[in-house]
Amino acid sequence: MTAPVLELRDVVKTYALKGAFGRSAGEVRAVDGVSFAIQKGDVYGLAGESGSGKSTIARMIMGLTPPTSGDILIDGQSILGRQATLAHRQQVQMVFQNPGASLNPRRTVGQSIRVALDAHHYAGDRKARLAELLEMVQMPRHFADRYPHELSGGQKQRVAIARALAVEPRLLVLDEPTSALDVSVQARVIELLEGLIEQLGLTYLFISHDLSLMRNFAQDVGVLYLGKIVETDPVASVFADPRHDYTRLLLASVPVISAEEEALRPKIPLINGEIPTAEDLLALRTQAQTKEAQT
Amino acid sequence: MTALLSVQNLSVSFTTYGRRIEVLKSVSLDVPEGAQIALVGESGSGKSVTMKTIMGILPQPPAKIDGGAIFFDGRDLLTLPERERLKLRGTAMSMVFQDPMSSLNPVFTIYDQLGTILKYADRRLGRNRSGKERKARVLDVLAQVRMRDPERVAASFPIMLSGGMRQRVLIAMALLSEPRLLIADEPGTALDVTTQAQILKLLKDLVTEKGLALLMITHNLGVVRETSGYTYVMNKGEIVEHGPTAGIFEAPKEAYTRDLIAAVPRLTGRDQ
Repeated sequence: MTAPVLELRDVVKTYALKGAFGRSAGEVRAVDGVSFAIQKGDVYGLAGESGSGKSTIARMIMGLTPPTSGDILIDGQSILGRQATLAHRQQVQMVFQNPGASLNPRRTVGQSIRVALDAHHYAGDRKARLAELLEMVQMPRHFADRYPHELSGGQKQRVAIARALAVEPRLLVLDEPTSALDVSVQARVIELLEGLIEQLGLTYLFISHDLSLMRNFAQDVGVLYLGKIVETDPVASVFADPRHDYTRLLLASVPVISAEEEALRPKIPLINGEIPTAEDLLALRTQAQTKEAQT
Repeated sequence: MTALLSVQNLSVSFTTYGRRIEVLKSVSLDVPEGAQIALVGESGSGKSVTMKTIMGILPQPPAKIDGGAIFFDGRDLLTLPERERLKLRGTAMSMVFQDPMSSLNPVFTIYDQLGTILKYADRRLGRNRSGKERKARVLDVLAQVRMRDPERVAASFPIMLSGGMRQRVLIAMALLSEPRLLIADEPGTALDVTTQAQILKLLKDLVTEKGLALLMITHNLGVVRETSGYTYVMNKGEIVEHGPTAGIFEAPKEAYTRDLIAAVPRLTGRDQ
């Protein structure tokens, strides 16, 4: 069996908290023992809310910050110790959430993509490569001379994808790639990303808080809560039968548009007439467990 | 029955660099007393311009109201003198804004901000309220938005509160002067899904409890279905379709609405 494209083994990241006068005031475990693997051609979804550690995981995979412990492997080889090198960048690229902020406003589309080619000392015909990249993301060739402000949100995100693909990476980390877009535009960008998997032999780590989108785009999903993956399985089975309280709460919170979807949402008990927070739910569960243990 | 808010054939255009662009083309919509209405559209559809025109916060120029009328409680807001209009804005009709971080002043406590708003609303309406009564009213409203400890929240600066709590403060702010109409602009979009669900439920509970009319402005079809009984779909400055929310989702008549609904990813997956 071939090694997975990306594998995380018990990855931990802690940040030191600084108290007054730089004294240490304990630490935060932003990522707390996360393990998962993605096979070639798959889309693995990482679902979590703010503070769950999903961005820290992305940063570690990109080699922007080293894990405190654990190992990250790409094609079976550890990336630790060679973070942020060109060789690493050639394998993993990232598409960010807000294309308005991730594209340089003073560079044309062509210039932005050429910077990526130059950084990796691209030896071939750069002009031909640029045309090829634009075609991959289904943009007309003359868009190479446009500035980001002349493009719509969806077009900007296509440019960001083209730029990420410039160095022929094996893995793309997609951090909320469509959350700034309208639904109709989102649908087309997702379609494009799906087509590229087969065309270029790509693998995706898809980070999102949008569970409906995840259900349609990813094969496996890991639900992150406070730095831990509380549940990971094929996306269909997690959604049909969520086991963890937090997953149930997440699913119950998604605004849906049909009765079939409504039926799929787990029922969450209200506390004082209000939807409980994750902490409330987990506290309830702990209470119930201690009670059970006592009887 | 006449509606509490009735927008009739509203047309608005923008002129920039000598070019005139029609942004609203004869938009009509009704919000009956106590009803929950949604206005849904993608970016550029004109939903925010509609909202701003209703509230009277549209920058003119570059915008120009080309025609139409907006009746609130039988009076045309567009012909009302600014003095009279001030008495309605933030009092009889108020807004719940989207971004809780940029709508709160970071250097004042929650009580400072809510108290000041109440003071000026009272002054506009010629009401008298002592400092003590004002404080009591602010705490009361904070309790209405289900704050567990209103006293502590009132004494806090915005940065000390979570995103969900800040959004609650904004709802409290809108409720201060007992409005009859709430206009909510994408409430909860900046929040996590679980927090958003709590905020939407709170809004829904509050408007039902108090019999308020709610105009929900959003791009999220899920939010529309969860919060409103009647829906207007907007595209390119026009209302393309309107009707009871359930009907719009089950049997959309217009191609645009059908495409919009088809573009929404489903929790049930594609195969169904």
